[in-house]
Amino acid sequence: MKLRRDVYQAIADPTRRAILLLVASQSMTAGAIASNFDTARPTVSKHLQILTECELLKQKQDGREIFYQLNPKKIKDIADFIEPFRKLWGDRFDKLEAVMKQYKSRI
Amino acid sequence: MEHKTMINAEDGKQELVITREFDLPLELLFNAYVEPDIVEQWMGTKVLKLENRRHGGYQFETTDPKGNKHGFHGVIHEFSPNRKITRTFEMENTPLGVQLEFLEFEKLTDGISKLIMHIVYESVAFRDQMLQLPFAQGLNMAHNRLQLIVSKMR
Repeated sequence: MKLRRDVYQAIADPTRRAILLLVASQSMTAGAIASNFDTARPTVSKHLQILTECELLKQKQDGREIFYQLNPKKIKDIADFIEPFRKLWGDRFDKLEAVMKQYKSRI
Repeated sequence: MEHKTMINAEDGKQELVITREFDLPLELLFNAYVEPDIVEQWMGTKVLKLENRRHGGYQFETTDPKGNKHGFHGVIHEFSPNRKITRTFEMENTPLGVQLEFLEFEKLTDGISKLIMHIVYESVAFRDQMLQLPFAQGLNMAHNRLQLIVSKMR
């Protein structure tokens, strides 16, 4: 049975999230990605296949090598990816507000 | 009263807008950006330099749980008290480039003020990477597995 692939399924797995983090800074070959994991190479290949099917990763041919890179457009579709950024600023601003309320009571 | 932080990141644009209303008078909100010891408290960063004037610069430094230091710095282009700060921002030792920040402070009522933070990045790709950064950092903290990878990458 062929499972339906969607981006949420893709990011549900910790290894696949780790792969996304790895290629966030630079495009990498499957070999280079696999060298960061203890798991067997075919397992990593399977993860790469799933990420590519979900369009979170794009393949780019460079000579004989295939590089994997992040597909930012697809990633941006996942609100969950933006939520931590919003939360980061939300938390910061909550803190600002709390700090300044204390400051106000001091003066 | 709960004030929600809003992020507006339009598809395909190299900018984003962060908006937030504060349960604070305008002067206090602005002060949070001016006083070094206050900036340190809410940003969770060390303030090495903060020159609140046109042509001034600022330099912040954070230390992560592993003890690594991360620097941030920029220059100030406009400093209009209780109104506006225009400045650049750069995370040192990252490929994320320099961003331009327009911070506008508005008085809504005597006790409520609003901050509009408009950030312009060098490219759409840089903006999208910046949006993903906390996601990556959050994962870093959540999964030992990832810490292992990051240390291997170094």
